[in-house]
Amino acid sequence: MNEIGLTQILFVSTALFFIGVYGFLTRKNMITMLMSIELLLNSVNINFIAFNKFLYADKLDGLFFTVFIITIAAAEAAVAIAIIIHLYRKLKSIDVDDTDIMKF
Amino acid sequence: MSASQVIFYIIAAIIIGGGILAVTSRKIFRAAVFLLFSLLGIAALYFYLNYEFIAAVQIVVYVGGIVVLIIFSIFLTHASGDEMKKPVLWRSVFAGLAAVFATALTYLYITEHNFVANSAASVSPSVRNIGLQMLSTTEHGYILPFEVVSMLLLAALIGCIVIAIKIKTKE
Repeated sequence: MNEIGLTQILFVSTALFFIGVYGFLTRKNMITMLMSIELLLNSVNINFIAFNKFLYADKLDGLFFTVFIITIAAAEAAVAIAIIIHLYRKLKSIDVDDTDIMKF
Repeated sequence: MSASQVIFYIIAAIIIGGGILAVTSRKIFRAAVFLLFSLLGIAALYFYLNYEFIAAVQIVVYVGGIVVLIIFSIFLTHASGDEMKKPVLWRSVFAGLAAVFATALTYLYITEHNFVANSAASVSPSVRNIGLQMLSTTEHGYILPFEVVSMLLLAALIGCIVIAIKIKTKE
């Protein structure tokens, strides 16, 4: 076993990203799909921090990207949950198969 | 193995195990709690890499904000404790195969690629340095994205209120 480097951390973030993809493809419930999207965004954040730490330690740009991604993820989650609750009020269901009222 | 490696592998196991359970658990409340553990593991990884500010932001925003929001919306839309429908078998099989092979392929490329580290003197990710660079108006400052993000947050706030407001209809 060698020292913990970039490769090990990138493996963690890769695995987390594709776990999120798996969840997004298999889930039918909107809230759980939103949770999968949060996992995807977090794996990207891990990548930015790891590259900043191991490759570009003289800059802080990866850190700023992470801060902005966290901010936008929070805004996105809030808007998504507002939409989900509004849909639940209208349809009494948050299953993606039932939300076809925009089809014509 | 040194203690540092053991700690890293424990953190990695928490992140990946929490993630897998969050996307496969049939009870939605449990999925949210496993997501909470995964996000806490990521915060621990940031502490492990000595990025304390990002770790604190991760805990405050994700664990204290988003997961609580998700749990509230679960309480508003579900009878707690009921199980979700099982995903269709072929869909979960193909999604699982796609995820496993894509992970293997990406990991192959990661191990093959030769990362070249920048050898310049490192900057400490302290709150002082972060604040100075984020609010500076010089070439490498981040004041413009900072202001744009504040506008985005305002727009999201107003949008949430407009979407979720209850309109009284005259019967």
